[in-house]
Amino acid sequence: MATVLYFGRLTDITGCSSETITIGGDIKDTSTLRTTIDKRHNAAGGFLHPTVRIAINGEIATNLSILLDTDEIAFMPPVGGG
Amino acid sequence: MITITEQSFDPAEELSKFTQSSADAGGIVNFTGLVRPNASRGKVQGLFLQAYSPMTERGIEDVTNTAKLKWPLAAVLIIHRIGHIAPGEAIVFVATAAKHRRDAFEAADYLMDYLKTEAIFWKKETYADGSNWIEPRQQDHKDAKRWSDNEETSHGRT
Repeated sequence: MATVLYFGRLTDITGCSSETITIGGDIKDTSTLRTTIDKRHNAAGGFLHPTVRIAINGEIATNLSILLDTDEIAFMPPVGGG
Repeated sequence: MITITEQSFDPAEELSKFTQSSADAGGIVNFTGLVRPNASRGKVQGLFLQAYSPMTERGIEDVTNTAKLKWPLAAVLIIHRIGHIAPGEAIVFVATAAKHRRDAFEAADYLMDYLKTEAIFWKKETYADGSNWIEPRQQDHKDAKRWSDNEETSHGRT
């Protein structure tokens, strides 16, 4: 199972800061994960916006990336500054 | 040294320790950011900050290393709070030590501009009637851009 982390305003949509998800079948890369999570949480496109970056195991994924079932995947909305 | 902590800290105590350990430097500059008690929406009850470790720490380490290449710094200390923070409490502390004051001033300014615009933190303000996730202001981005503008200018001179 992959761990999916949510930050900032996305936690208001999901109601949680993390959950696990099985990678495989329809969920195989960053694009299909975005659409799956968006639908699952009725986010109305909140997870599809390009300003929401995805990090895989602590590294920003700048292109479409294949996911593994052992990955830690973070959805990162624009940062707020300190 | 970089510390991300849920614990409150005393900036005066941190400055005192930093000063003692940087006795060989010619000057020390420090900045403390506090949680404002008032925002445009009204009285702030508190602030909640999230980080993503170790990405947040790694980003700050990288910019600290860049600052050390740009200016001859003897030491750098950055402390940043996460979690729930009350109005008036210190949220961030930056101290730089250098042989000459200009280097210490500019490096502290540069580090704060990074922390305000690019550091991986998410910040939520809570008011009596709700809460807001905060994003950097236009002015914060404008301040941060000064450093890349300066770089272009200085490259143009060489």
